[in-house]
Amino acid sequence: MLAFTLRRAIQALGVMIAVGIIAFAMFRFAGDPVNQIVSIDTAAAERAAIRKSLGLDDPVIVQFGRYFADAAQFKFGVSYQFRQPVTNLLMERMPATLELAICATIFAMVFGILMGVYSALHRDGLLAKAFQTISLIGISLPTFLIGILLIYLFSVTLGWLPSFGRGEVVRIGWWTTGLLTLSGLKALILPSITLGLFQMTLIMRLVRAEMLEVLRTDYIRFARARGLTTRAIHFGHALRNTLVPVITVAGLQFGSVIAFAIITETVFQWPGMGLLFVQAVHNVDIPIMAAYLMMVSLIFVAINFVVDILYTVVDPRLRSTVSRPA
Amino acid sequence: MSARQILLAATLASIVAFPLSPAASQTLRYANQGDLKSLDPYTLKETTTIAHHGHVYDGLVARDKDLKIVPALAESWETLNPTQWRFHLRKGVKFHNGDPFTAEDVIFSAERVRAKGSNFLSNVPADAKFVKVDDYTVDVMLDSPNPILISQWDSWYIMDKKWCEQNNAVAPTPASATTPSYAALHENGTGRFIIDSHQPGVKTVYKANPNWWGKSEHNLKEIIFTPIASDATRVAALLSGEVDVIEPVPIQDIQRVNSSGTAAVQTGPELRTIFLGMDQVRDELLYSNVKGKNPFKDIRVREAFYKAIDIELIKGRVMRGLSTPSALMIAPPLFPLAKDFTRQKFDPDAAKKLLTEAGYPDGFEVTMDCPNDRYVNDAAICQAVVGMLARIGVKVDLLAQPKAQYFAKVLKPGGYQTSFYLLGWTPASSDSHNVLHDILGCRDDAKDPTRGEGNLGGYCNKKVDVLTDKILVESDTAKRDQMIKEAFQIIIDDYGYIPLHQQALAWGVSKKVKLSQRADNQVLLYWATKQE
Repeated sequence: MLAFTLRRAIQALGVMIAVGIIAFAMFRFAGDPVNQIVSIDTAAAERAAIRKSLGLDDPVIVQFGRYFADAAQFKFGVSYQFRQPVTNLLMERMPATLELAICATIFAMVFGILMGVYSALHRDGLLAKAFQTISLIGISLPTFLIGILLIYLFSVTLGWLPSFGRGEVVRIGWWTTGLLTLSGLKALILPSITLGLFQMTLIMRLVRAEMLEVLRTDYIRFARARGLTTRAIHFGHALRNTLVPVITVAGLQFGSVIAFAIITETVFQWPGMGLLFVQAVHNVDIPIMAAYLMMVSLIFVAINFVVDILYTVVDPRLRSTVSRPA
Repeated sequence: MSARQILLAATLASIVAFPLSPAASQTLRYANQGDLKSLDPYTLKETTTIAHHGHVYDGLVARDKDLKIVPALAESWETLNPTQWRFHLRKGVKFHNGDPFTAEDVIFSAERVRAKGSNFLSNVPADAKFVKVDDYTVDVMLDSPNPILISQWDSWYIMDKKWCEQNNAVAPTPASATTPSYAALHENGTGRFIIDSHQPGVKTVYKANPNWWGKSEHNLKEIIFTPIASDATRVAALLSGEVDVIEPVPIQDIQRVNSSGTAAVQTGPELRTIFLGMDQVRDELLYSNVKGKNPFKDIRVREAFYKAIDIELIKGRVMRGLSTPSALMIAPPLFPLAKDFTRQKFDPDAAKKLLTEAGYPDGFEVTMDCPNDRYVNDAAICQAVVGMLARIGVKVDLLAQPKAQYFAKVLKPGGYQTSFYLLGWTPASSDSHNVLHDILGCRDDAKDPTRGEGNLGGYCNKKVDVLTDKILVESDTAKRDQMIKEAFQIIIDDYGYIPLHQQALAWGVSKKVKLSQRADNQVLLYWATKQE
């Protein structure tokens, strides 16, 4: 078990280093940050001084060494645009992104499972077919388009929900939350749907397929033969067995929900880390880009790491083959 | 006390305690495409940022709604002789923290704005020496006469010496700072508004300053600013009434905003001139199939390019009517004699003939550099130009890139790597000298290395440089304007550049709000009134 964990940890470290190298290589093509720091009529001498002070004139290998040494210590320096430490900026934006990601995941789980179960049980029902159609839309329409459509329907035409931002937020320590105010809750609805729609359709289809599979198995037939109620069979036996892969997928998807929040955050001007990253790309704000990429890859690596460990805990067969070298 | 007396007393008390002037009770919500990144007024010289800072800081002078220079923290000034200016400062002005404003603050700000890390070095000439005469009088000594000394002082905001010293913010926040600067997150100006909270890139709240020294024209108690980068979301926020003012409105959405009934678009010509430039320096173009010579060195080719461009078509189709075709490299409001110039007619047949005479009967190939996220419909303008040049046989490969990559390639630090490009320019000083010096001056002047730094095409005519130097020191306005006119005429005759147009400002404004639009695109909400 220890050897397995250690091996996984080393692999995770390898992934982080690879991401670091790729990110650094990308920054070379992002453009000249100095142009974004000063106005266009700034004298060349002044520009050169800034380049020098940012260390952009050093040889590539020196820049890479410095970047890597800092990244290893999670030191990302000061943002070029905001003149604030990147760590502070990210910490300030993190609650917004996490709240959005969690709400989107809850939305996706609840509606995905409900709709999936329903469409599995009433395969030919009209509603089930409607759910299938919705899931097709959710899979095929790009996120930004869904966001803009929702804004036009619920904000501009109906005027029910806000089109941008987080509403009023309450500060608890360093965490800011929109869950405690009415405007904050209202502001969460549209972005959560936009972000969660894809996951929802994914879960719905998964639940439906698994459920249909499970309903065909022998133990369900035996349960029926024993005379258990339909409700007990469907929800006590069938659904519970369906949920194992669903939870795995949802857990793994949580990382991509955070990462893909970039688009949703841009459309809704949601003040999270994704929006910060997009603005940083526009402005060649390398410290923010570096920190964000490292952080997202860390989240992915960490989730995968935990899932791997959990698998061995849950499934004894895996553990036995790993811990007993052949 | 009887009930009536109590009521009367309560009414009186409420009137005394809350002098509720309906004139200052509104909250105005404003969304811009760009962020307010740093509160330090010397960090980034960019229109949106300068406008934000102008709500909380004041300069010695200001510009009014027509861009005329008017007194601000300096009540009046005079030139004792051409190299000595005297400024009489306003008395009784207080910074937001209560510190009094005096000559010391002016001298301190003059040092700070020219210190390392400031992006406003050119706003205050390096040779200007600031001397305190008394607490409310400052003299400025110059090495040579400078009639446009104060032309950029409206964006040079005065800071509080004592506050800066107390908060370790004596130096402007440089781009390469490794520690956060106090002045980047806090303000202490003398202006009409006080920043109540500022979360960079998220939200900034301004409260009206009840102790402002002047007479307020707005009726706002609060301004809430949110950057909204996405065009569709920004327009949606205006249409749904969640914000009152947005800038800019994408031109394809103008019609929709105007027909919404809740908001309208205020448009007007901007001061930025969009133009095309051609590499006239290299002996062989970097990006062309013509080898061994540079076709743009031939004036006939430049004239052909000029005449091949149908500016009215660009105005009608690409800009949807929202541009002002320009004959000059400067916007008409900035040069009184601009009315004497008219743009040459579109004439593709003459262009084709000129090209044949120059030895290119079948045209040639050249690559055009173009930004695609900097100016209004920039890439679309370039595409139109490509089509128009194709009609005279010139095959243009368009390289449209985001501004970060575009500027890295074409500007001086990138080695002017372009053969043909589109650029926009607003003279920071609102004066022709800036254009003649930065864009139209010869490059590589040993005595004046900054001359022509924005002249990416490298157009050069020494006669223009001589005139430019005279224009800098000429104090007689009429004479000066004549010299400017002469210089611009030389450039037109040389076909040094192809001016296209001034793009339009497009502000989306709720019907509840009245707002003055200034041609430099500074959204100044201290001139806004909002009704219930």
